[in-house]
Amino acid sequence: MSTSNASTQQMNLLEIQRAMAAAVMLPLTSDEDMQQVAPDGREMHAVAETFIAPNTHLTAFERLELYNRQYWYRLLDALVDDFPALRAVVGPRRFESLSIAYLLDRPSRSFSLRNLGSSLIGWMAEHPIHSGRRHRLALDVARIEWAFIEAFDNAEHKPLTLDQIRALSGESRLALQPHVRLLALDHPAVDLVLALHSRQRRDSSEAGVRHDTGDVSAGKLPRVSRRSDWVVAHRVANSVYYRSLAHEEFLTLTAIQDGLPLAQALEAGFVGTRRPMSQWPKMVELWFANWAEFGWICSRS
Amino acid sequence: MAGNRFNAYSNHGIGIGLRIPHYEHIFSRKPVVDWFEIISENFMCDAGRPLAVLDDILEQYRVVQHGVSMYFGSVTAPDPEHLKRLKTLVRRTKTPWLSDHLCWGSVDGTYTHDLLPLPYTWEAVERTVERVRVVQDSLEIPVAVENVSSYAEFKSSEMTEWEFLTEVVERADCGILLDVNNIYVSSVNHEFNPMDYVNAVPAERVAQIHIAGHSRYEKYILDTHDHPVIDPVWSLYARAVERCGPTPTLLEWDAHIPTFDEVHAEARKAERYLNASPALPAPEAELAEAAL
Repeated sequence: MSTSNASTQQMNLLEIQRAMAAAVMLPLTSDEDMQQVAPDGREMHAVAETFIAPNTHLTAFERLELYNRQYWYRLLDALVDDFPALRAVVGPRRFESLSIAYLLDRPSRSFSLRNLGSSLIGWMAEHPIHSGRRHRLALDVARIEWAFIEAFDNAEHKPLTLDQIRALSGESRLALQPHVRLLALDHPAVDLVLALHSRQRRDSSEAGVRHDTGDVSAGKLPRVSRRSDWVVAHRVANSVYYRSLAHEEFLTLTAIQDGLPLAQALEAGFVGTRRPMSQWPKMVELWFANWAEFGWICSRS
Repeated sequence: MAGNRFNAYSNHGIGIGLRIPHYEHIFSRKPVVDWFEIISENFMCDAGRPLAVLDDILEQYRVVQHGVSMYFGSVTAPDPEHLKRLKTLVRRTKTPWLSDHLCWGSVDGTYTHDLLPLPYTWEAVERTVERVRVVQDSLEIPVAVENVSSYAEFKSSEMTEWEFLTEVVERADCGILLDVNNIYVSSVNHEFNPMDYVNAVPAERVAQIHIAGHSRYEKYILDTHDHPVIDPVWSLYARAVERCGPTPTLLEWDAHIPTFDEVHAEARKAERYLNASPALPAPEAELAEAAL
């Protein structure tokens, strides 16, 4: 067993953990090895030797490198599992470089790998260069895939019944179920995502839910023209569904989600609409019937 | 099973890990399994299919929770949201005890999602004990810490891994999830005699035992949980149950998962060792405490 060493006695536990985390989270080389030089210019061999002991088979560098590789394999796999359609749209190589750049910028801040992609959409919007020429489509696909994750296991509160909804006033402030995710897309890309997801098979590991290694990137992707699409992802009987919405319905639900009183939410829904006012009551009646059936509306408390 | 206070005097025998590829088999065939171990983090969500599946399992089977991200050895404090969700899940599963790893994996709020080894220092003992106590007090059920497989040792270590483990569990007054495969993996990677480790752990604190397979490379072994248990690991297991008495035992198989029947058959190989091991009487003081 190794004994204490004068050169490392000054490193307390926090310093060791910071040094090791920094090394483990360094991007790998193109050969999937640990980098030879640290960001501060020090040789990584020297960095590793400050706190890791060698054995008869492996140097301190090589031992640290095992953890460096594990970190990237595990986290990149997790993003592949969560965003298979995005990977297919941008291509496997670009997806990997995008994922590495994302994880370097936004390392995980959650105990759960489930939340690893929670900042990806915002980050992609800020860094379009990583998505390539299909950036807008890639962003939509990422939105749809993240909505799936949230709709899959977000909370569900007691929904309002149609009778309870009928008793509401214009001043009532309501809420949407946490599993109801509203998406304003630039492309009607849901079918594309679903087709790519259907090639997945699920597996599991100690790190959480994982998908099998089936590559969903193979084959030509159908062309998806640019057109505004308003979609809701929601959960029914533990399965996630996507449903297209009229723009007015989308705006109204968004306003309800934002906490506007019901009358104002309905008003917001019809701003700029070309639909004749005579059709509005019928539309609203149908929306509420659907929302009650799906249990989307709940009280704010 | 005699049980002890670290596994709530349970009579759990041989269990296997609950894994998605086996769901269909489990729900359609309802196989006889003594208990399932679940990965807590897979069920720490608010709603949806994971919890629906868990509730169905709980109706028919006993479940014990095993975590992968409490990081008892991390210097920075546990995430309160993590603890809150874990406590909610504990109430749901009524797990008699709960385990997680003797390792670290997060620092300054950033998570590596790996089970990183600790330097075996007195400072690390103190930090880890503090954190185990916080978790144990919060959850109000026995907590067991699991020895991890490791590929690196620290220059600053001041004791062996088994001395470190013993210091932590005795000061924190918690149990041990003794992973004999991890002992074997680390013994090859760090060149020590694995039997020394098994012989040194405080047997009366072993709440549960893990067995598993691993992958051997030219210069090291990786703990991959994707193979059957090898004979040297069974030998360590035999010695462990000889010292600890019959102990709840779980086979881990997490990658390239074979059929349910294959996994279950591999796990049940442990029976010959458990049956050969006479039940150890629980200390009178412990029995009296259990009766209260």
